[in-house]
Amino acid sequence: MEVDVLKRIPVREQEPKVRATNFEEVCLGYNKEEAEAEASRCLNCKNPQCVKGCPVNIDIPGFIKEVENGNVEEAYHVIGKYSALPAVCGRVCPQESQCEAKCIRGIKGDAVSIGKLERYVADTAREMGIKPEKADSLNGKKVAVIGSGPAGLTCAGDLAKLGYDVTIFEALHKAGGVLSYGIPEFRLPKQRVVDAEIENVKALGVKIETNVVIGKATTIDELLNEEGFDAVFVGSGAGLPRFMGIPGENANGVFSANEYLTRSNLMKAFDDAYATPIIAGKKVAVVGGGNVAMDAARTALRLGADVHIVYRRSEEELPARVEEVHHAKEEGIVFDLLTNPTQIFTDDKGNVTGMECIRMDLGEPDESGRRRPVEIPGSEFTLEVDTVIMSLGTSPNPLISSTTEGLDINKRKCIVAEESNGQTSKAKVYAGGDAVTGAATVILAMGAGKAAAQGIHEYLSQA
Amino acid sequence: MYKILKKEYLANNIWLMDIEAPRVAKSCEPGQFVIVKTDEKGERIPLTVCDYDREKGTVTIVFQTVGASTEELKAYEVGDSVMDFVGPLGCASELIQMSEEELKKESILFVCGGVGTAPVYPQVKWMKNHGIDVDVIIGARTKDIMILENEMKEVAKNLYVATDDGSYGFKGNGCDMINELVKNQGKTYTRVVAIGPMIMMKFVALLTKELNIPTIVSMNPIMVDGTGMCGACRLQVGDEIKFACVDGPEFDGHLVDFDQAMQRQGMYKTEEGRAMLKLKEGDTHSGGCGNC
Repeated sequence: MEVDVLKRIPVREQEPKVRATNFEEVCLGYNKEEAEAEASRCLNCKNPQCVKGCPVNIDIPGFIKEVENGNVEEAYHVIGKYSALPAVCGRVCPQESQCEAKCIRGIKGDAVSIGKLERYVADTAREMGIKPEKADSLNGKKVAVIGSGPAGLTCAGDLAKLGYDVTIFEALHKAGGVLSYGIPEFRLPKQRVVDAEIENVKALGVKIETNVVIGKATTIDELLNEEGFDAVFVGSGAGLPRFMGIPGENANGVFSANEYLTRSNLMKAFDDAYATPIIAGKKVAVVGGGNVAMDAARTALRLGADVHIVYRRSEEELPARVEEVHHAKEEGIVFDLLTNPTQIFTDDKGNVTGMECIRMDLGEPDESGRRRPVEIPGSEFTLEVDTVIMSLGTSPNPLISSTTEGLDINKRKCIVAEESNGQTSKAKVYAGGDAVTGAATVILAMGAGKAAAQGIHEYLSQA
Repeated sequence: MYKILKKEYLANNIWLMDIEAPRVAKSCEPGQFVIVKTDEKGERIPLTVCDYDREKGTVTIVFQTVGASTEELKAYEVGDSVMDFVGPLGCASELIQMSEEELKKESILFVCGGVGTAPVYPQVKWMKNHGIDVDVIIGARTKDIMILENEMKEVAKNLYVATDDGSYGFKGNGCDMINELVKNQGKTYTRVVAIGPMIMMKFVALLTKELNIPTIVSMNPIMVDGTGMCGACRLQVGDEIKFACVDGPEFDGHLVDFDQAMQRQGMYKTEEGRAMLKLKEGDTHSGGCGNC
């Protein structure tokens, strides 16, 4: 395969017109030849900047070297030292603003396609039946992990590798957290990728108990005092959806993105064999501009709707990954930028008939550093839609903080925890991921899970 | 997996099951609910806790077959297991959070309609176990569809039964019975708890507002996760939007926007109808659904 060192090997994708009608994965990934060719572009820098850009500091040149030499198993074990979920991260990490942003190749040409190589390693290892390496023996200490999302799985996996007896408690009927209920099949296949990664964590000796709501069925204090756990990690995520508070928001046909995505991803409502219904909608407006908004929009599109993204700032401020915006546009999603909803209209049965919006202009920068959107007086217009999906971000569930004495939260209802080791205000209790930061990315949650595993290990090694 | 230890037909397509779920049985309180999912492809069905046995580790649920998912649940027999059973969810009844002293000052009337009789039972039982006497009205369309009358009789101080057609007990609905007790018999109540179909709770709340009796209702809107994550169960309660799954399921009946709640309840009616048709007709299903 011929390689132009300045250009990355393109990755194969499903055609936009075809994929707009199915839930199969959009990106098809590299094959062996493509992966080895792309790996050969890595300069194997002595002082690798990419590693600094990675929240879990994966030895990136190390694994890429193994890929180049055709040693997938070795490459997998190099990544495995740092990450429990490579097949997930290779797909959903914002590499363009992390490892790949720092790649020296990127100065003159394209950065090395690190994410796609990581995905290639994880997928190939899975197909070859390679499992992560388990601890030789247990150290006799028990740790409870609350939540089986990226933070919890990472923390649990790391602790199991260190010889801890780890049990994850998951409130839903299925493990994976946002990987299962939030991110759609076409971006992150559930059975092939998510379930397989969870099986790998279980193969390390981690037990997962589903259907246990901590804060209701049992509490953190009971886990520590009655069930014999030596420490607890809280990775319960940021699950509560926000709404705008505009008139008509409780109409039939207005959903939170969480509801819409949970119905489709967790409950598989897109598949007729599953009992949970979903209202596809003929014309759908998704309000918001983050990755979750893109996921909801592309899900609605695949269910057969005409979809508009309604976002109050301009394209430059869209918080979604560039790749997601690009894919959404390719698939035919219309972006109504600098537009903000003001009210939702309904018929006499309470069903959505339209959404009034107002045009916005960008003013002075606000506290986020982005230019503040301001309404243009008199610019109201009606978008004729039958379904509205609110994707305005989420905040942490107060279930755990409100039932755990001595666990401090901040004004945003996030658990207060040390960034370096996850230690909270309560002894033996550690936390990380969205429960601490508010809604962020999979990889940041994994980084926090990793730091907390180290923190718990240090604490329990002293005890 | 969660094993079914007892199954009983009550009346009017209403079934009772005892399900083995030790963690839930250990911690649940009257007023809370659980979510049941029969198998991999099933829906998450929210059901109010109707009784529990902490020692045996069982939780009693009562459900009426109203759609494809409850029909499926009905097909499960003693010895079978449902795949998922999660709880307790929601807040315990406001009443059981009050002190016994406070409760002794109250004079409480429970009003149940249809399948709503089941979640009232553990509350009344709890009251009796704590030495608090309460009155109970069970309302039903007709005699044959009344449930849990004998059980309720054992725990209530006075049990009043009312049937719309007069086939049993007082002739009239729950509201007529309240009027009879308060206006004609001169009884005074400091609090009413109404649990049943939304339409019944709406009219009880309208009446008790007029009678100036604080009223608690238990809302059962559409839910998905039941842990506060999706917002499908949101309700207008006074000036606020509340999630029934985490803020409720019990609310001040005088503040709930019942008309909106009933509209939202019907959101998936066509979808449910389709699922039901598919279940009943199986592979023979053809035409009419718009998808064939």
